[in-house]
Order: sequence, then structure tokens, then C-alpha cells
Amino acid sequence: MSQDAEHIKDHFTLFREPEYQEMLKNKKEQFECPTASEEVQDIVEWTKTWEYREKNFARQALTVNPAKACQPLGAVFVALGFEGTMPFVHGSQGCVAYYRSHLSRHFKEPTSCVSSSMTEDAAVFGGLNNMVDGLANTYAMYKPKMIHVSTTCMAEVIGDDLNSFIKTAKEKGSVPQEFDVPFAHTPAFVGSHVTGYDNAMKGCLEHFWEKHVRTPSESAVNLIGGFDGYCVGNMRELKRIMGLMGVEGTILSDPSDVFDTPTDGSFRMYAGGTPLEAIKQALHAKATLSMQQFCTEKTLAYCASKGQQTIAFNHPMGVTGTDRFLMALSELTGKPIPRELTLERGRLVDAIADSQAHLHGKRFALYGDPDFTLGMTEFLMELGAEPVHVLATNGGKAWEEQVNTLLASSPFGAGGHAYAGKDLWHMRSLLFTEPVDFLIGNTYGKYLERDTGTPLFRLGFPIFDRHHHHRYPIWGYQGGLNVLVRLLDKVFDEIDKHTNIPSKTDYSYDIIR
Amino acid sequence: MSDLRQIAFYGKGGIGKSTTSQNTLAALADLGQKILIVGCDPKADSTRLILHAKAQDTVLSLAAEAGSVEDLEIEDVLKTGYKDIRCVESGGPEPGVGCAGRGVITSINFLEENGAYDGVDYVSYDVLGDVVCGGFAMPIRENKAQEIYIVMSGEMMAMYAANNISKGILKYAHSGGVRLGGLICNERQTDKELELAEELARRLGTKMIHFVPRANVVQHAENRRMTVIEFAPDSQQADEYRTLAKKIHENAGKGIIPTPITMDELEDMLMQFGIINQVDESLVGKKAAEAAA
Repeated sequence: MSQDAEHIKDHFTLFREPEYQEMLKNKKEQFECPTASEEVQDIVEWTKTWEYREKNFARQALTVNPAKACQPLGAVFVALGFEGTMPFVHGSQGCVAYYRSHLSRHFKEPTSCVSSSMTEDAAVFGGLNNMVDGLANTYAMYKPKMIHVSTTCMAEVIGDDLNSFIKTAKEKGSVPQEFDVPFAHTPAFVGSHVTGYDNAMKGCLEHFWEKHVRTPSESAVNLIGGFDGYCVGNMRELKRIMGLMGVEGTILSDPSDVFDTPTDGSFRMYAGGTPLEAIKQALHAKATLSMQQFCTEKTLAYCASKGQQTIAFNHPMGVTGTDRFLMALSELTGKPIPRELTLERGRLVDAIADSQAHLHGKRFALYGDPDFTLGMTEFLMELGAEPVHVLATNGGKAWEEQVNTLLASSPFGAGGHAYAGKDLWHMRSLLFTEPVDFLIGNTYGKYLERDTGTPLFRLGFPIFDRHHHHRYPIWGYQGGLNVLVRLLDKVFDEIDKHTNIPSKTDYSYDIIR
Repeated sequence: MSDLRQIAFYGKGGIGKSTTSQNTLAALADLGQKILIVGCDPKADSTRLILHAKAQDTVLSLAAEAGSVEDLEIEDVLKTGYKDIRCVESGGPEPGVGCAGRGVITSINFLEENGAYDGVDYVSYDVLGDVVCGGFAMPIRENKAQEIYIVMSGEMMAMYAANNISKGILKYAHSGGVRLGGLICNERQTDKELELAEELARRLGTKMIHFVPRANVVQHAENRRMTVIEFAPDSQQADEYRTLAKKIHENAGKGIIPTPITMDELEDMLMQFGIINQVDESLVGKKAAEAAA
């Protein structure tokens, strides 16, 4: 018996016990027809070469570990940011289980979302009945103020028409006629979660704005965050900044509360979020600002078509990014940038200066969503670090050009390259052939860290294996400080790790760094 | 089960697939063969001449009523008609919604799993005109129809369709066992129809196994929802179908992997027979007024 009740071994140690080791060895020898371990080792070494890299980059018919998710995930994320809104995904159940678990694993919070549970008959006959029953059940059971509908592949392949389905469902009494059911088609086999974010946001604005006339405001602005794993911290930071400036602003889709509910004895299926009335009023705003350009391309075009000014940022991080954002906000609203924020800026610059020796010239590889990689690249160069490999699986030509322009704007970007549409297996080749000091990416980067020995700095979405970082902003000067501190922690940990063997490497195992 | 013959009738919509197949199968039943017809067309008209029915309850409509396919019994969907020919219609959604192709897949899986193929000599699939998606290729996938018979005529679009279906067969021929059994020409009294059909068959690497002449008796029989075999067994036309049935029966294992031709080749062929004229490329896309100027 390898276990006894008084002393339970968990899986970290259990499988190292002799009986398991023997079982695994037997399994390998008897059933796995293993290749000789020398040969395996040879191939592993070969995958680290330039020759393999070239073959890898010539790869066409296969994607290995893409750093992106699918459209409905972005749509569900948008929906969760509106007051009392239940995301409703028209399609199969398993897809919805994925969005829920994906978000819950990152935010460590329950994620409410329903599906219309399409099965084989729905695939053949169309999912109208599922929509009719699904909306009625959702309305009756979860008492939402709004139901936001998006779609999975299944509904999209058979061509279900949300507009007519929702109309019919209302006629059949699933929900009252005046009940808000915005919708967006979000085929998961097109684009990524950032596309889904865009479609869902646009669908929602169209629902509330389409039949209304705009009376332009002098100063009110809308802010759209985009798909953001740090939304809990970032949204609160944006609200703090707007409060300090006295800006009259509406955040369109603010999931910061629903992804951060307190434990006080009551479960909150809905928490916070943009009030529905505020979405309606947002039509009259002077301008809509997007924190993430690639999450809002169609949405901003729609806002512009309504007569609003639009400005898009690329995940503004650090000093320059935040400056740009604050100056635009100030210019649009006529509100000066307050002293508090100027002070914060000075403190961030001071902190960067204090630590610049440790980041200057450090080579970085980074991957993630298009806007995140742009913002992060800019911040890295500001710190004197060198972005070398910048990769976005869901980045396109426009993104690639933007990254290249950005890299060309600073001497620290001289050795950098943008890789649009590439995956993490490409990144692996890059890290082996052109090694860097640090890697920035989401949780899936830990396998690259293991394979290549490049220390991983976890930043992006999803982060499953570290807790609570999403509570701290990474936007604004405060956000810049947070990121800087965590970067430095990693840098110092690495120095310590490599200088701590007594009388061998510990010549400068210093107290002071 | 090893003796089970599975065949399928494909062809352009309106070409007379259902009529030809039901008459041929009725003739095969006369030869003592036990037959199952699987209609794979949302119109559900592949079995009406055998059952003397307007439209049979389909697998999918019954499944929709019952809740899901799992709630169906095979007896609910299987009807017996002329000479104990068993008939099933897969059915499908209303036009414009859902996915009819998926419906075909669902139905055939249901039939196989529930023993509809047990104890028959022949399974015949009657498939909607155009193989518009993977679902309608279900009968030509692995372990389904061994031979495909394409019903066509001397009309240009029917020949296009025949060539396209051959492409579909070719796609599956190497992974599965499906073969092209031959062309069946349903006479439309177009120019040089027989010669054209034979030439197309030659180019596809197959043969035109039978030329079914046009006869009004077919229409008369249809008005009574009967096959000619049953309605006028002594007619010349009934003999034609019997001949066709015999040829199909003897054609077992003699199917070929087709060699579909390109659009250009097909058009060249039609030009050779004078069916279409050489197009003056300089006039393509020009309005009448422009061409005259």
C-alpha cells in the first residue's frame, strides 16, 4: 500500500514511489513501443537547431499551441461587464463549459453563463426551439436584467439567424418584448477572442443605439477596455483616474466586480457592471476611447458612424503609454491632469531610474494578444530592455507593421522582430536559436520555460497557475509600477539563483541589489 | 451481411432519379431480391411509388416529434411496400433552416445502429440532386454504397452534374470502397443524346449501362403513385426497367474509379457534338448594345 490514511501522499510524490515507477517502466517497455532514448535525445537536440527552425517556420498544415482563444470567449467576457447580464451562448453545451472554466481558472471566481444546449436534432432542424426555450428558462430561472446572445461554431455552421430567432422567441413570449436581448454572431472558427469581444460589443451598442438620435455631449466620454485578464485591477484604476480628473466617463463593459465578488455569505450571480441606462446614454458621448485597438475595430467604426470621435490605444502601459492616454482624455474633456497623477508619473520615472541598471539591455521575448504585445513592447523599450521576439497568434499584417514601426522608433528595438500568426512552437524555435534573457507570456509559457530554460514572467491571459495578479492594475502609472516591480523581482531571483552556491558562485550573493 | 449490396442513385435534380430507382428496384424485387430503400432527400419522395403514399413519415420528423433520434424505434420509420420492399425516408429540415446534410448522417447512423439493414440483399440510397456538402456524401463514404449509378441525360447541366458527382466519388474511392457503377441515361430527346451519354461515360472511364427511353406510361403510373413494373408489367417500358435491373444486378463488383474531366474538357466535348457553340471571348461581358456597336 502506497497510501495510508494518516499520511496521504499527493501526486507530486506519489508517482515517484517504487511501485509506480515500476508500473510506468513496464508500461513503457511493454505497451508503448518506445524509441531508443538516445534517438529521442538526438531529435530533441535537433529541434533546437536553425535547420529545424527553418522547417518549423515553413510549417503550413499544423498549428501547435496557438496563443489565442475563440470568439465566444470574448463575447461572454463583454456580456459579463454589463449590469445584471447573463451571457447566453447559442450552441452546444461543451463550448460554454469551456468559456466558464477558462475564465474561472484565471479569475478564481464563478462565471455565470448559459447555453442553448443544441444537440443533434437542433443541428439538423436549426436551433430555433433551443432559443425559444433557452431564453424563457434563462429569464425565469436567473432573473437577469439583460441576456446577451452569442454563438458557437455549431449554430454558425448551420446558419442560425439570431435576429429572427430572438424576434420569434419574443413573439412566443420567452421574454417580454421590451426586454433587452442584444446579440452578436461569433463564429469560433474565425478570428479569436478579441474579434468576439469586438462583435459582442458592437452588437450591444447597436441594440441600444440604433433607433435613437444622438444629442452630442460637450464632455462625456466612453471607455472600452477590450479583452483584459487584468480587468479587475485595470478597470478600478481607470475609474480612479477618471475620478481624480473629474471626467464624466462611462466604461462600456466593466466586469471588475463580477470577477471579484467578496466572500461574505451571499453568492452574487451578478455584480456591478455598466448600468443598462448608461449604455443608452453612451450614444450621446463626445467620444469613445478604446484601450485596445484590435479588440474594438468594428465597434469604434460604429461609434464613429454615429458621429462620435474615436481614439484607440494599444494597451497603454508605462510612462509614454499612460501619458498619451491621459493627454487625450484631458484634451477631449477639457479637464486638466491633476497634480496627484503628475506626482505618480514622477514616482514611476524615479522607480525606473533607480532600477534601470538591471533592465538595461536585457533581451525579452513576448507573446500575447495584439494590443498587449504592442503596449508591453513600448514599455520594455522605455525601461531600456530589448524586445527581441514579439509574437501574436491572433495578430495580422496591420499588427506586424505597427510593431515594426514601434521597434524602429527606439534604439532598443533594433534587434526586434514581429511574428504575426505564429504559435508557441514557433516561439520555442526562436528561443533556442536566438536566446533571450526573459520570456513574457501567459501560463502556457511555462512549458517554454521548462524546455528552453528562459525565465517566464507571467503576464497576459490566461494565468492559471499564479493567483490574484489580475487584482492589480497594469495600466496607468500605478500599473507601470506594478509591472516594473514584478519584472525586477524575477530579475533579482534569477541573479540570486545563479550566485548562491557557497565558494563556487556566491562571490556576489549580495544583500543589496 | 457479406452479401449485402449497397448501391446509390445520384444525379441532377429533376432528372428522374427517384422514378428510375424505384422502377429498377421494383424490378429487382421481382427477381426475388429483398430491398431496402433509403431516401436521402429532404423532399422525401424517394419511396412514394413503392408505398403508394404521398409522403412517408421521415426519420427526422418522427425524431423531432419524439424529442430525439434516440427515442425512435425502427418500426416507426420503416414501411413496407410493393413486394415487401422496405422503405425509409431520412427527411430533413424546412427549407432555409438547420442542416439537411447532418440530417442524412443522423438518419443513416440511426438505421445502421438499429438493424434496418439486417436480412436484406440490397440497400439503395436515393440522394438529393447536388452533393452540396459532406452530409450528402454519406452514402459514398466507407462501408456504404459499393456502386454509384448516376442518372443523367443529354442536357448540359445533367452532364455537368454527372461529372461533379464523379469528382465526389473519386474523393472517397481511395479511402473507401466506393466505385462508379455506370451512367443511366434517362432520355430527354435532346440531340445526339445516346452518343453524348456514351462519350461522357467513356471519358469518365465507365459505361452507360442503360438508355431508358422516354415513355408516357411512366407518367401514367406516377399519377397513381405506382411504378411501371406494378402498373403496366407487360409494357415495353417495364421491360426496359427489368433490363436495367438485371444489368445492375450483374454489375456487382464491376464498378470503377471514375476519371472526372475538367470543365474545359466537358465544354469541348459538348462543342464537338454541336450542343454548345464556340464562345467569342471578345464578346464575353458585353451588353447587346456594346456588341452591336
